[in-house]
Amino acid sequence: MVRVILRRLIQLVVTLIALTTLVFFWLRSLPGGPVDALLGERATPQTRELLTRALGYDQPIWTQYGRFVKNVVTGNFGNSIRTGEPVMDVISRSFPATIELAVAAIIIAIGLGIPLGYIAARYRGRMLDNATIIVTLIGISIPIFFLGYLLKDLLTQNIHIFPPSGRITTGMDNTDVTGFFVLDGLLTREFDATADALWHLVLPAITLATIPLAIIIRITRASVLDVLDEDYIRTADAKGLRNTTIRKRHVLRNALLPVVTTIGLQTGALLAGAVLTEKVYNWGGLGTLITDSISGGRDYPVLQALILLAAVVFIVVNLLVDLSYAVIDPRVRVQ
Amino acid sequence: MSGIGGISTLADHKRRRIEELTARTSEAGGVSLIRDAGRRLLRNPTAMVGAIIILLFLIIAIFAPLVAPHDPVQRFPELTKDLTVDSIPGATAGHPLGSDPLGRDFASRMIYGARQTLFVGVLATFIGLLFGVVLGAIAGAVGGWLDVLIMRLTDVMLALPSLLLAITLVALASRSTQWTVIIAVAVVNVPIFARLLRGSMLAQRESDHVLAARALGVRRRDIVLRHMLPNSLTAVIVQATLTFAVAILDAAALSFLGLGDPDINRAEWGLMLGVDGVRYFEVRPELAYLPALAIIFVALGFTLLGESMREALDPKNRR
Amino acid sequence: MPLLDVRDLSVVFQRKGAKPFTAVDGVNFTVEPGQTVGLVGESGCGKSVTSLAIMGLLPRRGNKVSGEVRFEDTDLLKLRPQELRDRRGRDIGMIFQDPLSSLNPVLPLGLQVAEVLERHQGRTRQAALREARNLLDAVGIPDPTRRLKEFPHQLSGGMRQRALIAIALACKPRLLIADEPTTALDVTIQAQILTLLKQLVEESGTALVMITHDLGVVAGLCDTVNVLYAGKVVERAERHDLFAEPRHPYTHGLLQSVPRLDVDRGGRLHQIRGSVSDNIPWPEGCAFAPRCDRVNDACIGETVPLEPTFRGGALRCTNPVPQEVPA
Repeated sequence: MVRVILRRLIQLVVTLIALTTLVFFWLRSLPGGPVDALLGERATPQTRELLTRALGYDQPIWTQYGRFVKNVVTGNFGNSIRTGEPVMDVISRSFPATIELAVAAIIIAIGLGIPLGYIAARYRGRMLDNATIIVTLIGISIPIFFLGYLLKDLLTQNIHIFPPSGRITTGMDNTDVTGFFVLDGLLTREFDATADALWHLVLPAITLATIPLAIIIRITRASVLDVLDEDYIRTADAKGLRNTTIRKRHVLRNALLPVVTTIGLQTGALLAGAVLTEKVYNWGGLGTLITDSISGGRDYPVLQALILLAAVVFIVVNLLVDLSYAVIDPRVRVQ
Repeated sequence: MSGIGGISTLADHKRRRIEELTARTSEAGGVSLIRDAGRRLLRNPTAMVGAIIILLFLIIAIFAPLVAPHDPVQRFPELTKDLTVDSIPGATAGHPLGSDPLGRDFASRMIYGARQTLFVGVLATFIGLLFGVVLGAIAGAVGGWLDVLIMRLTDVMLALPSLLLAITLVALASRSTQWTVIIAVAVVNVPIFARLLRGSMLAQRESDHVLAARALGVRRRDIVLRHMLPNSLTAVIVQATLTFAVAILDAAALSFLGLGDPDINRAEWGLMLGVDGVRYFEVRPELAYLPALAIIFVALGFTLLGESMREALDPKNRR
Repeated sequence: MPLLDVRDLSVVFQRKGAKPFTAVDGVNFTVEPGQTVGLVGESGCGKSVTSLAIMGLLPRRGNKVSGEVRFEDTDLLKLRPQELRDRRGRDIGMIFQDPLSSLNPVLPLGLQVAEVLERHQGRTRQAALREARNLLDAVGIPDPTRRLKEFPHQLSGGMRQRALIAIALACKPRLLIADEPTTALDVTIQAQILTLLKQLVEESGTALVMITHDLGVVAGLCDTVNVLYAGKVVERAERHDLFAEPRHPYTHGLLQSVPRLDVDRGGRLHQIRGSVSDNIPWPEGCAFAPRCDRVNDACIGETVPLEPTFRGGALRCTNPVPQEVPA
């Protein structure tokens, strides 16, 4: 067990080193390098040289690389070109918003996905099942930013149910403790703030949850159907066990194994989807940060850090999923 | 077959009757997996719906100049004269779907959009497939340190969620064009195809027919080319079909993020939806609805066909 | 009165887009209390489907089951699903071919034995686990206390089958159905499992329906044997009669195709032509006709009836293998 974790951690480090190196050299290989990209082609040679020196691009590439690696290891990603603030500050300010959104989305996706997938499998081939299949197929075929605009249009413009954008009503007197607005409200007993933040969270979370939800439903359904065909379910039936026992103890436990893996992989879809969803709802998290760092002159230090962060989150989540797998599945535990 | 000819005690008509009846019951056996899968596919309504959608899409894309009423980039004075920031003319005579934000015929742009969408989807899928298949085949056939290297490379690429990797790639290019979009979406798929092919080749390397070929002294190159690759390709084709759907969705997302093709004349559904569609959503939602519906339909068509093919090829489903 | 009386049992597979297929076609047989009865035939002859139909384990969709399955006084086919559940595992136990896939991979062995005791005898988890330990001990699993906590993949194939037997016999059922219980095992293990089964049914007086394609298993275990072909019983006889003087050409062929030590080494092993798929529908004649050495005109045209033999068995053949006239 410990060996497995160690090996995966080493793998994580190697992947990150490779990724940073690739990003680093890609940036430097651009025609004109980041300086041109930052200043555009009409900048005077003086400004160009000034910036080149300021960013340290006048030194030999290996020196630059060495400094870059040292900075990454110490968590120093430099300053944002756009705002001049340290990159880590910019990122940690936006981090809670995205986590709040992603957690809400994954709760929706798992909370609805597993029961719906299970129900579809139980009513295999009937209306309910077919309807579920069609809806989930549309769910994975719809561009989610369009779905976001659609929901926004329907539920905030035509019928004013939800607020159209932002994380909390402007002017709301909320205390910022952790940056997670829902949590802050609970901690400081400002329950109106919690309610307001939750209210803002509904539409973005649904939008972001759509793809993972559709996929979890489909995997759960397929997995339950597979398990129902297994010999050990026939054995359980031959024992005369009650239906509820068979479902809970025999079907569900086995059927959830592939679903757990899927949930891990879906964190990837969540990270990418957050970029789109945050733009639609003006959410102000990491996704917005990515968009802002790309448009309006590319903010490479921020982008670089964000890419690494996304990779770390994705790999760590999948490592955790694999570890939890070992807890649920005794066959993995022993190896 | 049973040696019915050897039964001498039977009257002729009875013998014929046995042959007839036996033939009927044993007809099912001896069909190759692929032909069998094809037959099941033809009987599967889901697959057929997917195929029909794709066919329709291909016809519109190929014959766009014949189907479209107008030139998709031409601005019409009768449309531009009513054009303001908060009003875009709807259907008029000669322009069944009205105008786009620049006074061009929206119907024609939708029809030509099929062509550009097909172009982006096919190229992105094919480039990804090509590089993925080559890398995967090398990894699977050669093995050793080359295999390790290629697999670590795919690990790195898979460490970023696919759309995020595409965003990164486009963002890292100094400026975006249609080609940066195509290549970014293609690169994302390289590791997927590479792993798929490698996995399938490894599985086959241990399979009986390859072992048999090896035991017969068939050269390794011939084993790879004649025995292993063709068998892996069915899985690749299925994956390519599914990839197409993802590719056009990813391309649309890139356009929405402002990383798409900057050419304002380009009529491509993802671009139309991601740029003008969302910008004028409150002014004229059709500008978003129609390209979105088109994308959903085509993505659905490819997903339906791809999943049915995968299901049909699954030996578990053979009856 | 027989313990189990199967009358005119038929199972028709009705799958969407395919012609209905009659897997079991009017099968009759009885099992007396404590008796061991064999159902023998090639794969695809309907023997496993018969056993699943008796247990009510065939999925409702796509399968049409008709006839009667009288267990003591009740027709199992007429019971509501809930009532049948109360009897399965308590009155009738069943063991399956592949012991690995028949055990739940993520549950400890102890729970898998204990749950059937909890269900039918109302025991607490603790009491059930204690009894499970004794059961594992009784089927010859060494160190049963430790095994309770282990998972199926940690056991050997023979151990797993022993565990399945323990589960099937946990509630002391009056009937045990064993569907090819030794097919997936190594030859050396096969003998151990058969000996164990024989010993357990003899000790407890449990009746056993043994489903197998292996005539060796039949020879060692069964009192009465039913030979199935294409969904119908073609011959039924006491074990000794069947082995000494098989009457149906199919049974004869099966016995001839078993290698024997007491015949010439140079002699060729008999083989039955063709395969199970080379048959004709029963209503058109004898399904075995295309593969039969003794086929004649009477075999084709209409169903050949199953007729009783004077030795208490039954035979479905127009041109049986002649009996040797006692000298």
